[in-house]
Amino acid sequence: MTNATAEPVEIRRWRKPPAIERPWLRYGLLVGTLVYLYFAVGSYDVNWARVAEGLDRGWQFIKAFANPDFVSRKSDFIEGMTESIIMTVTSTVVGILISIPIALGAASNLAPLPIYIFCRAIIALSRALHEIIVAILMVAIFGFGPLAGFITLSFATIGFLAKLLAEDIEAMDKSQAEAIQATGASWLQWINYAVQPQVMPRLIGLSIYRLDINFRESAVLGLVGAGGIGATLNTAFDRYEFDTAAAIIITIIVIVMALEYLSSIIRARIQ
Amino acid sequence: MPVSTRVGPGDTELPVWRRRTSKAQLAIWFAWLIGVAVFVWCWLYISERTEWFFVYDAPRIAGDILGRATPPRWSYMEQLWKPLWDTVNVATLGTALSLLFAVPIAFLAARNTTPSTTFIRPIALLIIVSSRSINSLIWALLLVAIIGPGILAGTVAIALRSVGFCAKLLYEAIEEIDVNQVEAITATGARGSQVMSYGIVPQILPAFAGITVFRWDINIRESTVLGLVGAGGIGLQLQGSLNTLAWPQVALILIVIFIAVIISEWVSALVRRAII
Repeated sequence: MTNATAEPVEIRRWRKPPAIERPWLRYGLLVGTLVYLYFAVGSYDVNWARVAEGLDRGWQFIKAFANPDFVSRKSDFIEGMTESIIMTVTSTVVGILISIPIALGAASNLAPLPIYIFCRAIIALSRALHEIIVAILMVAIFGFGPLAGFITLSFATIGFLAKLLAEDIEAMDKSQAEAIQATGASWLQWINYAVQPQVMPRLIGLSIYRLDINFRESAVLGLVGAGGIGATLNTAFDRYEFDTAAAIIITIIVIVMALEYLSSIIRARIQ
Repeated sequence: MPVSTRVGPGDTELPVWRRRTSKAQLAIWFAWLIGVAVFVWCWLYISERTEWFFVYDAPRIAGDILGRATPPRWSYMEQLWKPLWDTVNVATLGTALSLLFAVPIAFLAARNTTPSTTFIRPIALLIIVSSRSINSLIWALLLVAIIGPGILAGTVAIALRSVGFCAKLLYEAIEEIDVNQVEAITATGARGSQVMSYGIVPQILPAFAGITVFRWDINIRESTVLGLVGAGGIGLQLQGSLNTLAWPQVALILIVIFIAVIISEWVSALVRRAII
């Protein structure tokens, strides 16, 4: 036993465990992302001269926000805003009225299978089609004007409201439903006294939220001729009247903020 | 207690249970009356601006369009692959671009990570609200006017709209984190950046991934229509086909969009389930 050389201590340092455990998946994803990015960015064909030219216009637009012009297109502005608000209100009301029966049909604990499938199909269709596409079809069928926008927004409301309401109905407390059933209530009474009180707060919250969404959407329907402020906004952009466009956008933001504030108050109250 | 009375036997007054007092009941009826009146007035306004002649004709026109649109022109598909690829890129790169801005804004907006609640937080919230209140089509309209038509305008439009959405959901997730973990990391003497990467980031990473995929799914849907205002993608083909009244092509494009949306929804649901 001569000199007992200390065995070199293995220095181990703690390392953060990787987010994805399997190395091949981790590096595979990384390589895949890089390859995708290479091809995706490569397919962009950008006219940089045009972009540079436009930056000046972008700056003008930002300046226009400091000095919005509410006056020079006043009649178009008021007309478009009124139309947008009216479309929002009517389509939300009608959308809610239609989506309640559809939500009842799309709840798997209430409806028999054929009705369930039918209602779910309506919801899927409404959700898959973008509002603008529906609006184009409605304008082709019903002609230009707010009626097309009203129908579009009502249809879009169904997909949103009926889906979320049906999910809420599916998650309801069974014991209350059974208790009402045990009293010998008819089906309508059962819905009215067992289901409705349980989902009502959520229904009100969702309805106000949808009112907010419908207003935002109504602002673009005018692009395809379905009424609302969008037509005025489109004209303003086409003529490079950025100060009018800024005025419209500021008004939209203010109304959306007001609606959001209102909905937070109401939701806090009912819960 | 809100009661009214009725005359019982022998002229005694019996209380009858009612849910509300007469005053409350009247107020509710009055609110309903106003609501209905507003609705009717709105409806009259729409009705005034509608050519009812066209509406009565609508079923025939709908049938006519349907007749023209079937069968879809399947051979047009070969011209759709490139726009479809563009559409997916607009949505994906737009989402990626928006995250670059959304993450810092979310940290500035969350009450527990913002450097100043009185000054910086309201600014971050204002950015979020502005971004969210403006539809991506309006952003696209604006960007087409500024940087010219093409998918770059579409990508930036998608990104601008998504910043608000992602930042809002993310800052709500940041505000809900477990403070104990952050305190534990701080107690070890960690620097601010270390607290961030070991105490906060791991807690919000699942939410972050979920939000990203969720928004990507929405963006696929939105980017299919951006072409209508000249911002590239499959919407451009849709616009062209609509303008030339080529209904069989419109039918095919709508089918393609429908399938793309369904696939993206499926992918997003799959990824979210894998994460959570």
